[in-house]
This record gives sequence, C-alpha cells and structure tokens, in this order.
Amino acid sequence: MPNVISPDGSIRQDNWVVVPRPAEGESLDIPADQPALIPADLWLAGYEHFTGRQEIGVWFDSHDEPEILDGRVNELPVIAVNFPKFSDGRGYSIGRLLRERFGYKNELRAIGDVLLDQLQFMKRCGFDAYVLRADKDINKAARCLNFFSQGYQAATDTEIPLFRRRAS
Amino acid sequence: MYVYDEHDRQMAAERVAQFRDQTERALAGELAEDEFLPLRLQNGLYVQRLAPMLRICVPYGMMRSDQLRRLARITRDYDKGYAHFTTRQNVQLNWPALEDVPDILAELAEVEMHANQTSGNCIRNTTTDQFSGVQSDEIADPRPYCEIIRQWSTFHPEFAFLPRKFKVAVNASEQTDRAAIQVHDIGLQMVRNEAGDLGFRVHVGGGLGRTPMVGPVIRDFLPELDLLTYLEAVLRVYNRYGRRDNKFKARIKILVKALTPEGFAEKVEAEWQHIKESPTRLTPEAIQRIQGYFTEPDYAAIDNATDLLASQRFENRGFDQWLTHNVDTHKKAGYAIVSLTMKKTGTPPGDVSDKQLEQIADLADEFSFGEIRVTHQQNVVLADVRQDRLFELWQAITPMGFGTANLNTLTDVICCPGGDYCALANAKSIPVAEAIQRQFDDLDYLYDLGNIDLNISGCMNACGHHHVGNIGVLGVDKKGQEFYQISLGGSSHHDASIGKILGPSFARDEMPKVISKIIDVYVDKRTEEETFLDTYRRVGIDPFKERVYA
Ligand code: HEM
Ligand code: SF4
Repeated sequence: MPNVISPDGSIRQDNWVVVPRPAEGESLDIPADQPALIPADLWLAGYEHFTGRQEIGVWFDSHDEPEILDGRVNELPVIAVNFPKFSDGRGYSIGRLLRERFGYKNELRAIGDVLLDQLQFMKRCGFDAYVLRADKDINKAARCLNFFSQGYQAATDTEIPLFRRRAS
Repeated sequence: MYVYDEHDRQMAAERVAQFRDQTERALAGELAEDEFLPLRLQNGLYVQRLAPMLRICVPYGMMRSDQLRRLARITRDYDKGYAHFTTRQNVQLNWPALEDVPDILAELAEVEMHANQTSGNCIRNTTTDQFSGVQSDEIADPRPYCEIIRQWSTFHPEFAFLPRKFKVAVNASEQTDRAAIQVHDIGLQMVRNEAGDLGFRVHVGGGLGRTPMVGPVIRDFLPELDLLTYLEAVLRVYNRYGRRDNKFKARIKILVKALTPEGFAEKVEAEWQHIKESPTRLTPEAIQRIQGYFTEPDYAAIDNATDLLASQRFENRGFDQWLTHNVDTHKKAGYAIVSLTMKKTGTPPGDVSDKQLEQIADLADEFSFGEIRVTHQQNVVLADVRQDRLFELWQAITPMGFGTANLNTLTDVICCPGGDYCALANAKSIPVAEAIQRQFDDLDYLYDLGNIDLNISGCMNACGHHHVGNIGVLGVDKKGQEFYQISLGGSSHHDASIGKILGPSFARDEMPKVISKIIDVYVDKRTEEETFLDTYRRVGIDPFKERVYA
C-alpha cells in the first residue's frame, strides 16, 4: 500500500494501484478489489465502461497530452502524472494544465521518480498527493514541501504573482 | 540599481537554507550523485575533474561596490584569491570546496547576491547591454525588464527541469547589439510600434555550442505588458515538446528548426491565447515600480569638458588613445562611459585578483556612484564618470592594468578558461590569446585595423563564443594533440552570423603567424571605410584560404 504525502506533509496510506500500459494485444489488468489508475487514453477508449466509477482513475506519462481529457477531467476521482525520471520536467506543465486550463478539482497525484527536492515544485504546479520513491525518507517531506514561504510567480497554488501582491 | 525588499530577502535566505540542507543530505549519502547534480548546478556549483567551479550571478551585469568587496573577500577566504568574469556577465570562482558553498552563498545573500540558476537546465541569468541607461540611442532602459524577467524566472516551479539550459538576453539600442541577443534561446529587441507603444521583437532559437544558430524572429511586436505571459508560453511549449532523448538536440533551437519558425510561433500563439489575460500579465504600475530602482543617479548639472579634454589629449598621447578607444559618449552632458579592460597581455582575459576587485570597488565609489557593470566581452564598465575627472581616472587605472586602450580591437580577445582550468577542454585557449596579443602589440597598428572581434573557445561548448567572432578560434583534439580551427565572418551584433570554417586546423605555435596572414589579406583588400567583417563579406573566404594555406 503506498504512503501518500499531502501538501502539508502529513502521510496517509491508500491502496490505489497503478496499472501499467498493457503490451500489444494484451488487455488491461485491473484488480478486482482495489481502486486502479489506468492509462488516460485507455480510459477514454473505454469511456462508457469507466466513466463515473469512483474506483477508476487515470495516469499520464510525461510525454502524454492532457488535452485528451479536456471537458471530462472532473469525472475522475484521481489523476496521476508519472515522472519517469525526476529530471523530466514535463509533468509540471501537465499538472498546471489540468488544474488551470481544464479546471480539474479532484486529487492530482505525482508518481514515479518522485524525490524530496522536487516536492515543492509539484505542490506549486497543482499536485496535492505525492508518492515518494520508496528509498527516500518520507519524514523529511514536510520540510522539503515548505522550504519557501512564497514564490515570485503565479502558479496553481498562487493565482496572483508577487508583482501584483507588492502593488497592493 | 535593484534593491531587495523583504520578499526578496526572505526567499534568498530560504534558498540558502535549502541548499545547506541539500548539501548535508548529499554529504550524508542520502542524495545520489545524479540527484544532487541539478540541485547544485542550479546553485551555481559545477564539479569537474580538475576542480569545482562556482558561478555567481550578476543580474544583467550590474554590481555595487560593496558586492565587489564581498566577492574579493570570498575569493580570499574560500578560493585562491581571484575570480573570472564570464561571457554571460557573471563571475566564476575556480576552486571552492563543496562543503563551503552554503557558507559562500550565505555571504553572498548578505549583500543581495546569489548563484541561482547559473547552471543547469533552467532559465539562466538574463543579460543585456552594459551601456543600458546611459547611452542616448536606446528605446528604453532594458534593465527593469531584465529584473522583471529575473524575478519571474527565479525558482519558477514549472520550468526548473527543462530539456536544456535556457538563456534570455535583452537589447534596447537601435544601432548596436552589445548583448548578442540573436545567439540566445530568446533574444528580445526593444522596439516601438507605429503607435509609439513600447514592446519587443522576439527572436527564439539562437545559440552557440555544437549547432550554432542565429535565432529567427517569431514575433515582430510583443507589447511590454505581455512580456511574461508570452515568455511563459514559449517556455511551456519548449518544456513540453523540446527533445529530451538526446542532450545534443535538446536546446530550443532544435525544436524551432524541427517545427520551422512559423510552426513554432503558431504553437506559442495558441498557448499564449489561453494565458494572455492571466494575472501574470504585467501592469503599468508593476513596471513603474521596478523602473523606480533604475532612476538616474544624482548627476551634476555640468557642461561637456570639451576644452579641458582637448588640452589633456594634446599633452598626453596615451590618454588620447585611451579616450578614443575605451571611453564612450554618455547621454548626459559632462559625463562619459568608461570601459576598464581586463585584457592586459599576460593575464588571462577576464581574470581578476581579490585586490583588483577591491580596486574596482574603490574606483566605482570614487568615480561612478558606486556601481559597475560586467560586459560579455569580459571587461568592466564605469558608466557615469565626470569628463573633468577622466584624466585622473586614467592615471589611477593605468598602473592597475585596466587602462590598455584596446577596447574592441583584435587584442580585446574573448577567451574561455580552456585547458588551463577546464576539464572539458580539447586545448588550451589562454596561451593562444596571449601569443596573439604579443604578436599585435603595436597599438597604432591595432587602431588602423579597427574593430575586430577575436573569440577563442577551448572546445565545442563555445564558452568563448568563437562562432560569432569575426575571427573565431576553436580548440580541437587531433590524436591527442592540441590543434586550433579557425572560422571567419561571425558576428554577434544586429547583423548576427555564424562564422565559416577556414580549413584544416593549426598547431598552437603557428597561430600568431596564421592570424597575421588573415589580417594581411584584410589590409590588402580593404577599401577606405571597410571593417574586417565588411571586407570579409565582400571578398568571401577564398582569398583568406589562399594566403593561409599557400
Ligand atoms: C572551467 C570552467 C567551465 C566549464 C567546465 C564550462 C562548461 C561549459 C559547458 C559544458 C557548456 C556547454 C554545455 C551546455 O550547452 O550547457 C558551457 C557553455 C557556455 N559557457 Fe562555459 N564552462 C566554463 C567556463 C566558462 C567561462 C569562464 C565562460 C565565460 C568566459 C563560460 C561561458 C559559457 C557560455 C557563454 C556558454 C554558452 C554557449 C552557448 O550559448 O551554447 N564558461 N560551458
Ligand atoms: S569552451 Fe570548452 S574548454 Fe572552454 S571553458 Fe567552455 S567547456 Fe571549457
């Protein structure tokens, strides 16, 4: 069961499973008794079957286009974004687009190569659940989520950039 | 100059605390080498085989005297007593110890300095013309816009892990481009449209390194209030679609080329439409607030010291030469812009000792309202010197080695640290610069040759901007031997171009002779008014080839 970190650094457990993309010719291996995150395009392909189900969420890989879910994001209880390597920064753009452009309101989860020093960037880009890579010290997450008390720019967490806050 | 408020100070302090924590975790083995790498790079620390190096940010090249003194102290306390001015208006230390870096950063933060985002795959220091705010032909002072970009790009949560590094430069003069904007990832040329509104012409996809390119224009006019939203759109398109599979194809120039400039521009426009009206759109008040930091110093109401200077020139030939070459016209009557050259033969271009840093600080206090600017040609500018004190200044700097009257001439070489300091080098670059400076030691001959940009890099990374030198020199490795390839016809100015390779490379001891032959061709072929670059562009590369390889 994954440990899931919240933006305030608190830790909880849940049992969402990430279902990998099936190989050519194989079908999705969705567990019967656990909530599951499936590749977003496959959710769309099986839309009639999946929509409205609270135990089915989706995940995007870093090269995927979140645009495919435009208009439907809030039908999902959880959307996860995979960081295949922590240095792959595409997931930050995906996070902001899901939140700021497509208006996604439910849980946005960072999965994959999620390390401590990127948590605050993720938080600022709209992620509100983080599954830290297993070998990292989860007790340091709260500190790493809060190194900075504010940012210069607007992002998902702060709609108003510092230059406008200063002016008022 | 920009002064931190409580927000800037708080974030600077938080950044130091964060890096201290990260360094401790790295030293304790909690962060793997490759996990710590981008964190330390984004704090300026580059570790290489021979020595670590710390690149300290000098935002758009501006520094105060107290900051110079602090740098001097840091080089003494933590390094070997000297520093290096870089081609991106920053300062580099060559031997700091990893465990000292958090302390160095803390010392820098005390004087409102930092090393944020000076390396790594993020948005780097925004650079501009060193004559900003004091020249008469600029559209507007570009520094407030650079500061606005600095703040927007600092710790930007979406763009901390780009495919590759990202550099922005701003230029405001119509006549000249001292910031080399067309060889930056984004080059912003300030312009006014027909209605007289202020804005930017936007170049995207220039760059040097392995695949040198001049950046095409993707937007002719971007209104000033739209600056940040548009940059955000460009960066988002790059972050999402720039190549990440191959380090050598990851710069934005490759993406722009693959999509074509028109295709890239369309993608940016489409993204921009969504965020154009977001709160990131600048306001006139926000711009004015930052402009308020870049007001004129307390100039005296004085006239030009024309007669005094004429008589001083008449009596002293050295002063006359220096005035002609190293002193530029100021927008204010009675003032002048002085370039201190860091190019004395025998010292590596851009190198300064702790003592010299303090001397420069004293000169700034005494002659130029306590401020200096670093140039991408690795020199230092005192921007606000009274004309009636120029002679006194010249007398002071001559013994210090800052008065060599060779600005913009062949011996005002741009040169990377090369094999003497840099583990990536194919060849040494500093001894080549020195040999050429020795060969051309006759100032009158140099003046007769006029402006020539000679740029030297020790390898393909192009830290010395060799592609855009009128004469470019690149260190290459030939079966373990150091060789040098020459290119001709590069320019980093408004007429930007990438130099063309002359032919097979040369051994180091041949270099002064080869450069002489190239210069001889120019002297033979030039017409009255032509610069080296003009002649090259008219006659082409063949006459040079024939002479050099005869
Ligand atoms: C010994 C220390 C140095 C090392 C190890 C080093 C290393 C590098 C590397 C690896 C690159 C290219 C890779 C990339 O595209 O990111 C690069 C680019 C660059 N370096 Fe250096 N460098 C050093 C010193 C300097 C100095 C002293 C200067 C200034 C004179 C400088 C100016 C630049 C510039 C302007 C570029 C960018 C060229 C472009 O637009 O692609 N570097 N450096
Ligand atoms: S151009 Fe090459 S040799 Fe010169 S400093 Fe850069 S990386 Fe080193």
